[in-house]
Amino acid sequence: MSTETKSMKSIWYFVGLMLLSIGGLIFLAGIYLLLSGTEMSTVLANLHPNIWWGGIMIIVGVIFLLTNKYVNQK
Amino acid sequence: MDAIGLTFVDWLIILIYFGFVLGIGFYLKKYTRNDEDFFLAGRKNSSWVAGLAFLSANLGALELLGMTGNTFKYGMYVAHFYWIGAIPAMIFLAIYMMPFYYSSRIKSVPGYLKLRFDEKTRVLNAIAFAIMTVLVSGINLYAMALVLHTFLGWNWDVSMWVSAATVAVYVTLSGLMSAIFTEIIQFFLIWFGLFLVTVLGIIEIGSLNEIFSRVPEAFSKLWSTSANPQDNGMLVTWGGIVLGLGFVLSFGYWTTDFLVVQRAFSARDMRSARMTPIIASFFKMALPFIVIIGGLIALVLSKDATSGFALLTDGDRVNYDSALPMLIARYYPTGLVGLGVTALLAGFMAGQAGNISAFNTVWTYDIYQSVIKKNASSSHLLWMGRVATIGGILISIVTAYWAKSMPTIMDYMQAIFSWVNAPLFATMLLGMFVRWITPNGAFWGLLAGMGSSFTLFLAVKFGWIERSLITLSDVSSDMAANFWRAWWAWLICFVVTIVVSLFTSKKPEKELVGLVKGLTEETLEKPVPLLRKPEFWAVISTVIFVILNIYFW
Repeated sequence: MSTETKSMKSIWYFVGLMLLSIGGLIFLAGIYLLLSGTEMSTVLANLHPNIWWGGIMIIVGVIFLLTNKYVNQK
Repeated sequence: MDAIGLTFVDWLIILIYFGFVLGIGFYLKKYTRNDEDFFLAGRKNSSWVAGLAFLSANLGALELLGMTGNTFKYGMYVAHFYWIGAIPAMIFLAIYMMPFYYSSRIKSVPGYLKLRFDEKTRVLNAIAFAIMTVLVSGINLYAMALVLHTFLGWNWDVSMWVSAATVAVYVTLSGLMSAIFTEIIQFFLIWFGLFLVTVLGIIEIGSLNEIFSRVPEAFSKLWSTSANPQDNGMLVTWGGIVLGLGFVLSFGYWTTDFLVVQRAFSARDMRSARMTPIIASFFKMALPFIVIIGGLIALVLSKDATSGFALLTDGDRVNYDSALPMLIARYYPTGLVGLGVTALLAGFMAGQAGNISAFNTVWTYDIYQSVIKKNASSSHLLWMGRVATIGGILISIVTAYWAKSMPTIMDYMQAIFSWVNAPLFATMLLGMFVRWITPNGAFWGLLAGMGSSFTLFLAVKFGWIERSLITLSDVSSDMAANFWRAWWAWLICFVVTIVVSLFTSKKPEKELVGLVKGLTEETLEKPVPLLRKPEFWAVISTVIFVILNIYFW
């Protein structure tokens, strides 16, 4: 491999970025629905799964991001 | 079929995903400088990256819609595909076969056939594999289009072309490297996007025990109803499961199908390559918690008239593959719907990208370079790999239109596997472990095995023979017939290979060093601590596999 490949970001960094961005959107959507009092037609909507599941995705995403921020795949 | 409305947030999540996979393709293009980067991801992946990619490449339509739909149709027996139909073969690959594959530095499975036997066996297998791969890729494409049509109300043709174009772009740009990167991302999206369906289903119904108590007994057991085919949902005996699925189909797929084995070839060293299928085996065993439990939840809800849950129908025909999408629609509010749809798309794209990256490798090395342009340079092979990617996608699209007319996805997939993989496993097994098997024995055995499987398929389909002749039972399903046909194809290949080998000339033993057990140095690895040994983790995986089978006996 050439020397350029040393600067390639680790795959785990991209995983973190993806989970954080999508989890963040889901979490914010859940918060908005809760605060706006929008009626949800889905089963078990009273559990607000988008809030806690989005939160879990954010936490996992941040862990992946922080632990791989300076890691490059050789 | 009704389309389910998506909000702005759901659309945004889907767009982010498409942006990510395309962006990764462009990002990795500058690191794809030669044929080894494109076809083998530079052989620099860790065991975790290769292991998750190994599993994700298999997470296509087969794993998600097909398996959940089949659980609705056949019950708990579908778990056999995840346990006996996968784990022993994955462990066998890691412990016994990977040393021969990896140490010979081959670039593809047909490449091993060339070294161990001869060019004609390699080309025969390469052509069969290339055909099978684009057929399977077409199935994935069909499933992707189905999801887009079901959820978004998109035109069937437009959604199929959009999905195919996305995979074509990122695989063409950086080959296996981008396929593996996106497969890892897809692995996490699938777990985060679909596991919640099971969690919410269990919460609604009450408990796992409650789910099992509300399905017919034949649908909730793995082995105790396998003595008589009429006692279980799949109409198959334990013999069909063990010989057809557990031995031939499973070993044929997991140990010889280049689609998955290619991921292990991308590992950075022998230990990582051997750990690749072992790491994947743990996650493979866990997947039933999404698809099997999801299918049973759908079954329980559909039997409860007050639940308001039903599968989609197309005229009088029930669309079993709609079970998982309908559960997502039932439980997921804004945001999560986008995640669920993205997870399904990710699963399909992983499968399709995996098939196309395996196809372009086999086409380029084992057909194009082997037969058409023997002295091709690295840059020319890289160019051909990109051309093959586009060509493979176009053939897949044609295949997808054919797949659309099949009743279920899974039955069709198994029919294809038993044509190609089942006899190949006999060839590889004999080739790796019996030194006197000859090139002509392998070639004619493989041809006889493939031909017999194809003939049996046609004979049953067009009523030339009774299906009971194959399944050894008056009662059987299409799935049972697939299991048994795979077994007969394997046996015919095995016997013909041995018989022809007895009368034809062997390769000199010095040419088989490193390719056959008994002629290969056994100490291939440096000493490592117990917790880093593939054998240790293989034992742990086997123990969990045995416990699961006993628990659900």
